[in-house]
Amino acid sequence: MKKPSRSAPIRVLIAKPGLDGHDRGAKVVARALRDAGMEVIYAGLRQTPEEIVRSAIEEDVDLIGLSILSGAHMALFPRVLELLRREKSAKIPVFAGGIIPDEDARRLKKLGVRAIFGPGTSLETIVTTARQLARGAA
Amino acid sequence: MNGAGRLPAAARAIATGDRRALARTISGIENGDPAVVPVVRALYPRTGRATVVGLTGPLGVGKSSVLNVLVAHLREAGRTVGVVAVDPSSPFSGGSVLGDRIRFERAAEDTGVYFRSMASRGEEGGIAAATRQVVRLLDAAGFEVVLVETVGSGQVDLAIRDVATTRVVVLVPHLGDEVQTLKAGLFEIADVFCVNKSDLPGADLARKDLAELVSLGGARHGWSPRIVLTSALARTGVPELWEAVEAHEKFLDASGARAEEDRRRLAREIVGIVRDRVGRDAMARLEKDPELRRLLDRVASRQLDPYAAADRLYAQRARRARQR
Repeated sequence: MKKPSRSAPIRVLIAKPGLDGHDRGAKVVARALRDAGMEVIYAGLRQTPEEIVRSAIEEDVDLIGLSILSGAHMALFPRVLELLRREKSAKIPVFAGGIIPDEDARRLKKLGVRAIFGPGTSLETIVTTARQLARGAA
Repeated sequence: MNGAGRLPAAARAIATGDRRALARTISGIENGDPAVVPVVRALYPRTGRATVVGLTGPLGVGKSSVLNVLVAHLREAGRTVGVVAVDPSSPFSGGSVLGDRIRFERAAEDTGVYFRSMASRGEEGGIAAATRQVVRLLDAAGFEVVLVETVGSGQVDLAIRDVATTRVVVLVPHLGDEVQTLKAGLFEIADVFCVNKSDLPGADLARKDLAELVSLGGARHGWSPRIVLTSALARTGVPELWEAVEAHEKFLDASGARAEEDRRRLAREIVGIVRDRVGRDAMARLEKDPELRRLLDRVASRQLDPYAAADRLYAQRARRARQR
């Protein structure tokens, strides 16, 4: 399907994979994306990779944002990417935020995570990058 | 132009259970993409089979939670379920946070449920039309039950009235004056009242108050709204809620009201489509036709009032139609 037109709002899924109860960051980002005019499907806490990919397909999102603070990113993110490929939905860009060491971030980017935001990233940067990713411009 | 003879590829995919085709076509409907119109049209003969249940009510009464336990109940009974959850868009940014999935739990492998969040996008009447088409797609995709959840205010209520065969109004104990102010609106749409959070004190009082309202309200087509107590938290009252919905569905069939209401809804839909077309056409002519632009000038300078201008615009249209 073609990219959303200019007038159609960007739809983005925000989810927290795995066992991790800290959702303040995800909520702040969800709100910033909403204020930037996007439709944010907020899936919330304790999502399995399977649930995340299914939600992304059912909601026909342009973008997936994963937030993680538990340290399980090297197990959970590659699984999300793999399931997206299996469901012929690898075109949906995935970005991530949380506590992710540089070394891991490099490996995750090689695996296909399009952008990773650590602590202190400005909301403006996140919104701009999210928009570019959704429009296929980044 | 009629696509029913040979189904467009997307329509065929939807009818055979392709979730991605369904999801993309729903996006097309939301975005007003003309490419989806032939798909919706082609699938129309396959619609009218699903039980369409609307859930509405004030903010915070637990609509999403009730929906979640209701879906679980229906899945246990082996029914397939499509869900549309409508949330408001921000009037300022146009964006929205659609959070109804938070309450939604299901087995990862369960393909008998499809859940879709929709933003109201704030266009006048637009959400009702879009919701109606999305419900039709889910119906054509073969879901036996379609649940539509909306916030209980303003135009979004119209969506419920125009799409659902059974309408459930969700309330909680101690709404008090809230119920009073909602009274008129609630009575127009409620087939079933669901008093949620009934684990809290005051549930019985709420039931009594509602029963009194129901007895005062009189029956619509001979149906008197049922009142059910639920607790989504404790997962109680859910089979009773579904029984009440099914009782209303049976009543629709037995009384002949189903066909009558269906015709009324479809008449509203047809009129809506005509209104859209005539409106677009009138707007285009007001902007382009020199004679009508002069008319608008005169209204702007207060020499002519808008009603008189509308009469002339309408007369010009009728004249041209005769000439054709």
